Amino acid sequence: MKKKINRIKALIRKEFFQIIRDPSSILIAGIFPLILLVIYGYGISLDMNNLKIGLIIEDTSDDAISLKRSFINSRFFHIYESNDEKKLVEDLIAFKLHGIVKIPFYFSYYMQRPDLKGPVFVASDGSSPNTASFVQNYSLGAWQNFLAQKMVSSGSPPIPNVEAAPRFWYNEELNSRYFLVPGSIAIIMTLIGTLLTALVVAREWERGTIESIMTTPITIKEFLIAKMISYFCLGLGSMIFSTALAILMFGLPFRGSFFVLSIVSSVFLIVALGVGLLISTLSKNQFIASQISIVSGFLPAFMLSGFIFEISSMPVLIRAITTIIPAKYMVSALQTLFLVGTVKRLILVNVSVMLALAFILFVIIFLKSRKRLD
Amino acid sequence: MFGKIYALIVKEFITILQDTKTRIVLISPPIIQLFIFAFAATLDVENVTIGVLNQDYGLQSSELIKRFEGSRTFSKVKFFNSHKQIQENIDNQKVLMVIHIDDNFSKNLLSHKKAKVQLLLDGRKSNSAQIVLGYASKIIDQYNSDLAKELGFKPADTIVIPRNWFNPNLIYKWFTVPGLVAILTLVITVVITSLSIARERELGTFEQLLVSPMKPIEILIGKTVPAIVLGMFEGTLILCAAIFIFRVPFTGSLLALYFSMFLFVLSIIGIGLFLSSICKTQQQALLSVFVFMSPAVIMSGFATPIENMPYIFQLSTIVNPLRYFIVIVRGIFLKELPFVEILKNIYPIALIAVFNLTLATWFFRKRIE
Repeated sequence: MKKKINRIKALIRKEFFQIIRDPSSILIAGIFPLILLVIYGYGISLDMNNLKIGLIIEDTSDDAISLKRSFINSRFFHIYESNDEKKLVEDLIAFKLHGIVKIPFYFSYYMQRPDLKGPVFVASDGSSPNTASFVQNYSLGAWQNFLAQKMVSSGSPPIPNVEAAPRFWYNEELNSRYFLVPGSIAIIMTLIGTLLTALVVAREWERGTIESIMTTPITIKEFLIAKMISYFCLGLGSMIFSTALAILMFGLPFRGSFFVLSIVSSVFLIVALGVGLLISTLSKNQFIASQISIVSGFLPAFMLSGFIFEISSMPVLIRAITTIIPAKYMVSALQTLFLVGTVKRLILVNVSVMLALAFILFVIIFLKSRKRLD
Repeated sequence: MFGKIYALIVKEFITILQDTKTRIVLISPPIIQLFIFAFAATLDVENVTIGVLNQDYGLQSSELIKRFEGSRTFSKVKFFNSHKQIQENIDNQKVLMVIHIDDNFSKNLLSHKKAKVQLLLDGRKSNSAQIVLGYASKIIDQYNSDLAKELGFKPADTIVIPRNWFNPNLIYKWFTVPGLVAILTLVITVVITSLSIARERELGTFEQLLVSPMKPIEILIGKTVPAIVLGMFEGTLILCAAIFIFRVPFTGSLLALYFSMFLFVLSIIGIGLFLSSICKTQQQALLSVFVFMSPAVIMSGFATPIENMPYIFQLSTIVNPLRYFIVIVRGIFLKELPFVEILKNIYPIALIAVFNLTLATWFFRKRIE
């Protein structure tokens, strides 16, 4: 037993030197998290408050002008007023505008007719559907402001109505950075756990160095354990670094407990490492291992984890696939720990699913690598 | 001279395509990516579970809630009977939104006052929450105008007529799939180029190439042609899938698309060659490809609009060829982008291609000498 531990220690030492001496490991564990966090933290924003809208106003009535004012006053719009409709349409095609609002010359005339209503045309650039629906929603909002003001100024009795008072819990200012940064930490850890591990193990196979290891008393299990411990430490180091960046540089709140965070990240790293080891045991080639880990590790972590795209909106089949994506549980746990706090039940559920996934993975790895020794 | 280059090109194709596993890897991941991306990458919000805490006993509140239950967006409505349950369900991500109606709701409405409805949303998913709020506001507006009509008030004498051009039903796939034509072409091209030299170097065959009678520029050409061919092939594959499987309308000029794709592939090859000339092993090459690709894709406007980014980031996208190519592809697919606009986006790609290829050649020669 003592011999065994000594062998593993020696292997870890070897692995440690390899990590230190190979710039690509440092690149992935140190520089890449920095790049990714900066880009996600500062670069990506889903907050639409600078929508460029072309405004054509052909009617000169007081109502039309008041409507125009409520569009200009909307904090979401940047209004370009013009009478050259052709030019505005060209700009919409050239991606220079997000929408065009038109108040036609017959606006006030139609308003006075009992059988007609004064139309306001809102054309959005549907080639970006998310932005287009924001254009439509905010236009509706501007129009409602106009209606409300008209009501007040006309002095007519107030119509009883229901007023929605929205409140966004845990992220009052709707800062998309608050959910993107924790999500990108999960992606970084997937990369270290899965991609890097798959590559380094596949490299041993490809270069034949694994055969020289097999001629020593080291068993394949010891070899895998040593790899795991080394990359586990690297991943945890990167996790601490990313969390520090998130809190100190991006000013994210951290409302949970650091102890729980370390448990959650350890469990997730074990799963991610398991995926990486499994990939490299199945394919002994670096190129293939990297492709498989991108398709099965990185992309799902990015696309299917609920990090940006809402899982409930996906088709049933893809929703079913997401249940075995470890990053899904990690993203949910991280977002909760950062923004909400230690919600016991949610964390417990997420951790136990990840543990179950880890268990299944290691059973498969164990079976596969034993076969190979025969 | 052409004979030598031709021989090298043939050799390159054989190295890339001879291995079944590599062949599979070249073909299947892009297709898997295409399908996963196309179906999963949606910012639409559907099948949402919401919660209701109704402390009002009047008819009005249950009428309002019925409208939420009838909406297609909200697949399930859970009923709570305490504030504690609201907290519990939001915290555990069981519901995205809770509608809280307090006990004087109906009373207020009956006495012709404003009645407040509190909508509590999970800010952990602020984008989805905002979209859900949009749906909820529409339902409440409809309720308000019906109520006004019922009570004999004059309905509003103006109306907003919304139209979504180029994509009337706002189908999200029409947005993602054309973008993927660009992204997947990028991935394949950069992976093939960066690996080809790194592989030779790792296996030691690079020296053999150098002692052959070939000039460095001939070696470079021999390395780039297969990447151009395979990159364009992959692009064509995705293009066909977009048109024939995903049925994204294709309104513009196919010729212009291919011309810009060619320039785009050239600019990417420059990057691939540059990366592979600074890397010693395949692993280093792959990882640097990765480090290059993540920012390149994120800062291209593929998923999130460039104009939302801080100014410095917007500035840095100027050198990103993907940014221009995505505009071209999306424009040609949906908007029948006029030639002037295509040209405006092609010339930066051409400049970047010239710059990258020159730099890569220079680096390559310096490495050899």
